[in-house]
Amino acid sequence: MSERYDTLAAQLHERFGEQIRRVPSTCGELTYELDKDDLIEVATALRNEGAFGFEMLMDVCGVDYLNYGSDEWTTNTATDTGFSRGVERQPVILDEADEFEPNRFAVVYHLLSLQHNFRMRLRVFTGTSNPPIIKSVVDIWNGANWFEREAFDLFGILFDGHPDLRRILTDYGFIGHPFRKDFPLMGNVEVSYDADEGRVVYKPVSIEPRTLVPRVIRDDNRYEADLKDVTDG
Amino acid sequence: MAEIQSYTMNFGPQHPAAHGVLRLVLEIEGETIQKADPHVGLLHRATEKLAESKPFNQSIGYMDRLDYVSMMCNEHAYVMAIEKLLGVQVPERAQYIRVMFDEITRILNHLMWLGAHGLDIGAMTMFLYCFREREDLMDSYEAVSGTRMHATYYRPGGVYRDLPDVMPKYQESKFRNKNELDRMNSIREGSLLDFIDAFCDRFPGCVDEYETLLTDNRIWKQRTVNIGVVSPDRAMQLGFSGPMLRGSGVEWDLRKKQPYDVYDRIDFDIPVGVNGDCYDRYLVRVEEMRQSNRIIKQCIAWLRENPGPVIAEDHKVTPPSRVEMKDDMESLIHHFKLFTEGYCVPEGEAYAAVEHPKGEFGIYILSDGANKPYRLKIRAPGFAHLSAMSEMVEGHMLADVVAVIGTQDIVFGEVDR
Repeated sequence: MSERYDTLAAQLHERFGEQIRRVPSTCGELTYELDKDDLIEVATALRNEGAFGFEMLMDVCGVDYLNYGSDEWTTNTATDTGFSRGVERQPVILDEADEFEPNRFAVVYHLLSLQHNFRMRLRVFTGTSNPPIIKSVVDIWNGANWFEREAFDLFGILFDGHPDLRRILTDYGFIGHPFRKDFPLMGNVEVSYDADEGRVVYKPVSIEPRTLVPRVIRDDNRYEADLKDVTDG
Repeated sequence: MAEIQSYTMNFGPQHPAAHGVLRLVLEIEGETIQKADPHVGLLHRATEKLAESKPFNQSIGYMDRLDYVSMMCNEHAYVMAIEKLLGVQVPERAQYIRVMFDEITRILNHLMWLGAHGLDIGAMTMFLYCFREREDLMDSYEAVSGTRMHATYYRPGGVYRDLPDVMPKYQESKFRNKNELDRMNSIREGSLLDFIDAFCDRFPGCVDEYETLLTDNRIWKQRTVNIGVVSPDRAMQLGFSGPMLRGSGVEWDLRKKQPYDVYDRIDFDIPVGVNGDCYDRYLVRVEEMRQSNRIIKQCIAWLRENPGPVIAEDHKVTPPSRVEMKDDMESLIHHFKLFTEGYCVPEGEAYAAVEHPKGEFGIYILSDGANKPYRLKIRAPGFAHLSAMSEMVEGHMLADVVAVIGTQDIVFGEVDR
């Protein structure tokens, strides 16, 4: 399996050169990052050229990298200062910013080639624009239609050239993009039936956010690449 | 006479044939569908976001609730993705147990599909027959995990516990007399494997019964042949997988092409359709039930011969046994850490896909090294299938919409997530 993937990686490098950059993987999967301007060109080639033949797009996934790599509970200095039960929350960053960090939003495409039995992954960062915008791949893989609607609904990523970019999973009239990391887990509004008014009303949420298990990142040298090589060799 | 205008009709979400909470906005001319616009999301629970807020193991139970008629297959994809990132080796016996329960799940799912699909287009008896067999499989679920549906049985590194040596029996009550009780308990005398074995001997006969009712039935064929035809090229273009892809004649099954666990050591065939219509997909799924039965048989034979551990011994990921905890300090620490903080998964990303009864069910985990996933994405097969609804029903009659919903095997737990 891995030999075949090495061949594929070599072919991809030969065909696209600097357009795509390989991301190292710990579990033998092929991941490439590319600029959003190259997306359509690369995707079309991956689908149509016989050597690649990725005729299926299995998944389109939005990712918000806002809190990537940050923990809620310091683990290395904790014994010096005593354990704090209270978890410090990440400050909320409002969406009104004119520009995002260039690596905040990404769209991840999972491709599958039935004829060659290959899988690969493409990751495209949307850059600094607010709202984030990227070219749609619906014309290349028609199955992308709902997956892109989902990424738009949950992350607010716009897909240029999408035929019907509407919300799909959230309620009619929903405000905000719930899977962004600055959107609180319990949401912003709650609904209840108001007997006096005789209709369903929206109010700000009344429950307090709480964290049962803090998010921690521990240095675990079992997973360090150079150490792994020593034990394997 | 006035000219007939096209009009818009609402279908669902409260409709018995909507298989849950599907709302379809149909543009109809006379009785012919011009366009169908499915409105989904009424069952959206933000499973992915919830999973980002809790340690990895606490989300296994959420996976059951995605596609709530094929519970263990969902869990399988999730634990496989975590295992891939952690690099945990799963004991062979656990792999066989998982394969056996995946196939039990496939039969459970296909029985549910066949019963509901039959009921939708006028074959009432199917529903009763299918649920009769489902009951036995639910009992297997219960015997192994304690629950009939939402098992939470798979763990990263194996399964929660070994197969039980005794089957739970029905108790005497004022509603059951002695004879009835003896009859119901007669198949429950042995172990779980004996119970499943007896089911496997009986089941091909049951499938024959279903086929006598449907396969050559004139009404069934009128309702399914040439309905919802999808060409192989369109099926690939639209991201179809599973029986929807195989029904169109594309020979693709992850169990064969990208085998996981012990599927590469098991002998089974992949049924493929020809015309890509509802009838071919029916035939594919019925044959899949027979093949699943074959796989379960082989697993039972292996499991009887080979006792052994069912979960990895790596106590950074899997809990130590109660006995070890009593006299080993380190085991106690492992147990405490695992059940409070969980385990940290190394930074990286993994996509694990299984051949779920409905198609390719994939879990994409993006980890930043924390004890919770940074991003979890569930690739639900039904989501891709439902997006092709409009294309599949265009030009058909209103009643055929129900046949197409049935053939897509839609379950809203996974579509809406």
